[in-house]
Amino acid sequence: MEDTIVAISTAQGVGAISIIRVSGKDAIKIVCKIFSNKNFFNAPSHTIHYGYIMDGNEKIDEVLVSLMRAPKTFTKEDVVEINAHGSIMTTDKILEVLLINGCRLAEPGEFTKRAFLNGRIDLTEAEGIMNLINSKTDISRKIALNQVGGKVSSMIHDLRDDLASIIANIEVNIDYPEYEDIEEMTIDKINSNLSELEDKIDKILKESKNGEILTNGIKTVIVGKPNVGKSSLLNRLIGEEKAIVTDIRGTTRDSVEANLKLDNLILNLIDTAGIRETDDVVESIGVDKSIKLIDQADLILFVVNYNERLSEEDLIILNKLKGKNYITVVNKCDLDKKIDDEKLENVIYISALKDNNIDKIGDRIKQMFNLEKIETTDLTYLTSARSGAILRKVLDSVKEVRKGIKNNYPIDMVEIDLKDIWNLLGEIIGESYDEELLDNLFSRFCVGK
Amino acid sequence: MNYEVIVVGGGHAGCEAALATARMGHKTLLVTGNINNIADMPCNPSIGGSAKGIVVREIDALGGEMGNNADKSLLQIKMLNTAKGPAVRSLRAQADKIIYPKNMINTLNNTDNLDIKEALVKDVITSNNKVNGVLLENGEEINSKIVILTTGTYMNADIMIGDTRHREGPHGERPSNYLSDNLAKKGFKIKRLKTGTPPRIDKDSIDFSKAKKEDGDKVFHTFSFDNDPMYDIDKQVPCFLIYTNDETHKIIRDNLNKSSMYGGLLDIKGVGPRYCPSIEDKIVRFSDKERHQLFLEPESLYYDDIYLQGFSTSMPYDVQEKMVHSLSGLENAKILKYAYAIEYDAIVPTQLKFNLETKLIENLFTAGQINGTSGYEEAACQGLMAGINASLKLEGKDPFILRRDEAYIGVLIDDLITKGIRDPYRLLTSRAEYRLLLRTDNADLRLREYGHKFGLVNKEKYDKFLKKKNDIEKASLEFKEKRLTPKNNDYLESLGTKPLKDGVSLYDLLRRPEINVEDLTKFLDNEYDVDVLEQVSISSKYEGYIKKALREAEKLKHLENKKIPNDIDYDAMHNLASEAKQKLKEVRPNTIGQAMRISGVNPADISILTMYMKWG
Repeated sequence: MEDTIVAISTAQGVGAISIIRVSGKDAIKIVCKIFSNKNFFNAPSHTIHYGYIMDGNEKIDEVLVSLMRAPKTFTKEDVVEINAHGSIMTTDKILEVLLINGCRLAEPGEFTKRAFLNGRIDLTEAEGIMNLINSKTDISRKIALNQVGGKVSSMIHDLRDDLASIIANIEVNIDYPEYEDIEEMTIDKINSNLSELEDKIDKILKESKNGEILTNGIKTVIVGKPNVGKSSLLNRLIGEEKAIVTDIRGTTRDSVEANLKLDNLILNLIDTAGIRETDDVVESIGVDKSIKLIDQADLILFVVNYNERLSEEDLIILNKLKGKNYITVVNKCDLDKKIDDEKLENVIYISALKDNNIDKIGDRIKQMFNLEKIETTDLTYLTSARSGAILRKVLDSVKEVRKGIKNNYPIDMVEIDLKDIWNLLGEIIGESYDEELLDNLFSRFCVGK
Repeated sequence: MNYEVIVVGGGHAGCEAALATARMGHKTLLVTGNINNIADMPCNPSIGGSAKGIVVREIDALGGEMGNNADKSLLQIKMLNTAKGPAVRSLRAQADKIIYPKNMINTLNNTDNLDIKEALVKDVITSNNKVNGVLLENGEEINSKIVILTTGTYMNADIMIGDTRHREGPHGERPSNYLSDNLAKKGFKIKRLKTGTPPRIDKDSIDFSKAKKEDGDKVFHTFSFDNDPMYDIDKQVPCFLIYTNDETHKIIRDNLNKSSMYGGLLDIKGVGPRYCPSIEDKIVRFSDKERHQLFLEPESLYYDDIYLQGFSTSMPYDVQEKMVHSLSGLENAKILKYAYAIEYDAIVPTQLKFNLETKLIENLFTAGQINGTSGYEEAACQGLMAGINASLKLEGKDPFILRRDEAYIGVLIDDLITKGIRDPYRLLTSRAEYRLLLRTDNADLRLREYGHKFGLVNKEKYDKFLKKKNDIEKASLEFKEKRLTPKNNDYLESLGTKPLKDGVSLYDLLRRPEINVEDLTKFLDNEYDVDVLEQVSISSKYEGYIKKALREAEKLKHLENKKIPNDIDYDAMHNLASEAKQKLKEVRPNTIGQAMRISGVNPADISILTMYMKWG
């Protein structure tokens, strides 16, 4: 990693300006070679310089160059950022001369990787930045920002501290058994402490699920028997909100076929094939297929017809929806009511044709996923799959320990599990065993000859 | 006279080192400042304790002397943590401070290949960074191939009481005035450490009726796997528990600036042990605590000193008098020896290889407090390891390095070398990641083979060990094969356990917490020793945890097998954090496993290191 790397940091396309970022030990030297303003080389850190990017004697672009010397930079290396005019041609040309003069094209995420490897940021922060770069909505950007600021780290730190004090107490009981006036960490006390810990982790995981939803979108499926208006609903959702539908068929493992932006929500629609058929063709998406899709989704929009009684097929689907997150969308409310809707729950009455009440759907989704308050409250969530997976492992371990306690395992076995959990939590924030536990032990307890 | 090995120092490390090299057939000289002070116990009159007791068993399993010697010198003994599970049980004994050294000196005198000389060592003689022998303070030179330094707290030792500082070893012994400076001249980094000891009180001046009596166990214990108990269970000598009180605390607070450590002396550099704070420290750091526990421990049957555990201090004499007299039962106590703090030189242990040989000078080994540890047991086990490794070096054999999952000794040495020390190092159960594997009951199963291989465990003892091992296998098999059926339900219910619906093996029944191994022996065809049954019981009851620990240990082995090339250039790794780079250069770990444990080396540094090893 001695290379000096370069990348165009702004989105490709025509904007007013674009930024080319260079990082590495030769960053300043290399840029100086192609920059008309030679004062730049010895200039103090964190200054901006005006001049031309040159290809030999040819002026490529008039630019502002930011000079940031190590270590107070994003990568902790020397970093230079060139603010050029936004045309693709000039930007690419600048990139090209930098490459010719000794830079290497950065791999995706390499700046962040360097920041991590050079100890500028920890793992959760690195993940936060990756999320920030990839964030699709304003809220997910906020969550990512919080992760960058170390909020997740501090939350995990708190959990870990709780645990460390239990462990330290057990350790001190074991290593200093003759100290009778030190509180004995009994199985009962551990149990009640653990149940608190379990609640806290549970809460973080639940909130993280929401965070995940905000960052990654809600896996959504629209089901219903043929001809109830699924495709009209889809078109309304798209059209009404002027959302961008990106067709990324076959590119994701979850078979997400469209990302639909609804206020601050992203709906990842899975399997739209059946819906996109026109209304007058018998839709290919039948009851069997609906049932299959229900299991894959975080959210189900179940569409029924206001103008018909619930059919056998409707009832089969309804039965399948028990215990799931679903909204019953009663369509065609512009027609006469024939539906026996007393069996239905979580109902929204709409008319896709007349464009009635479509906006209620977004509100209801926010309610269901408890996302209403999120815009204003602290956005501390574990948005990475890695952290989530470890935390779920932690939760399992906590349950395991409590089972061990129930089976009368002696305290030294129980403590082995507690240490595992403590280490797992350390993994989330990229911290491993050090003197921490011992420090805790000796700062909290007065022991010794 | 030419020696193969010279051991400098006759403390617990020196005794084990000298015995090991001599017993392994190498002509050894033990040089000590005072022959009468060999195997002295300058601080507390006890051997063992949490984790430490397990180390004593490990020393015994490897063929060291401490366990055997302690068994012969007991005042009382107990098993700690019996209710907290098998992994943390550990023996602790009060040992007689007259008898313990006497027995050890006898053993040394009766060991072939071992001479003892009274002298102080001034320097280690070297050529081309290799040991040639030692230079004594009287100018005499003695040659040897190997030198093992076990100088304890004697190098540049200062005794501190109140505002006074004297160049003196423990109890006024002659200190070593030159060795440390000469080591520094050779390039060794020296660290100043500090420890302390409490006052000794005349037994007859204490009113024990106000104290709580603490007896030894009413079942027999021995440290050594080969000894039968040698003490009268009913004649164990008790310890006593008392507490400090408001008045004690007030006296200490009022006189705080007179304590050497709190302003009495302004030139203190030594770092004191966290786990062994002075009573001043306790009062200052835990000011909200109303009282602190103190123990009255007998030092010997042959003199009257009572060791006041928990009351170590560097207050001047007059304040010590007041402090002691404020204690309940000690109102009229007579102080026989005043407490003191002691500052001494140690070498920074990251300068050692894993066989305890120094990196700077070939064939120079160090062990015990000179390496920054504290405690008799920690010293003894290093002495033994240094002795074994010195012998192996002489024989041209591979070094003997214990892994962290094999022994507390492995944990200790690995900690010293990879993490270095901040304050004097004490073993704690919490330092061992695999402590379920490192139990007091299985130290022989873990280590006896090694002891035998090195010739430190004789045939008789080894055969006894092999029989035990066989019996454990046989018993496990029998427990697994013998099944109980619902026909036995009456008996099971009498034990307070659930009746059976189907046949179940004894081994599986043993998993039930309420069933003890003794409850099932009547169904066996063969009779087994208690030790053997204990192994079966532990492996049945804690099978899941033991398996997990073994899996974790496998992971460790995997990391320990990832060797780092000797010539690796840390300076070439530009992305290493500078602290990590410095630590890695200093320690020069042999494996990724060791590198990971170095304090100041973060997971990110490890990924850079492995990336570099892969592509660099």
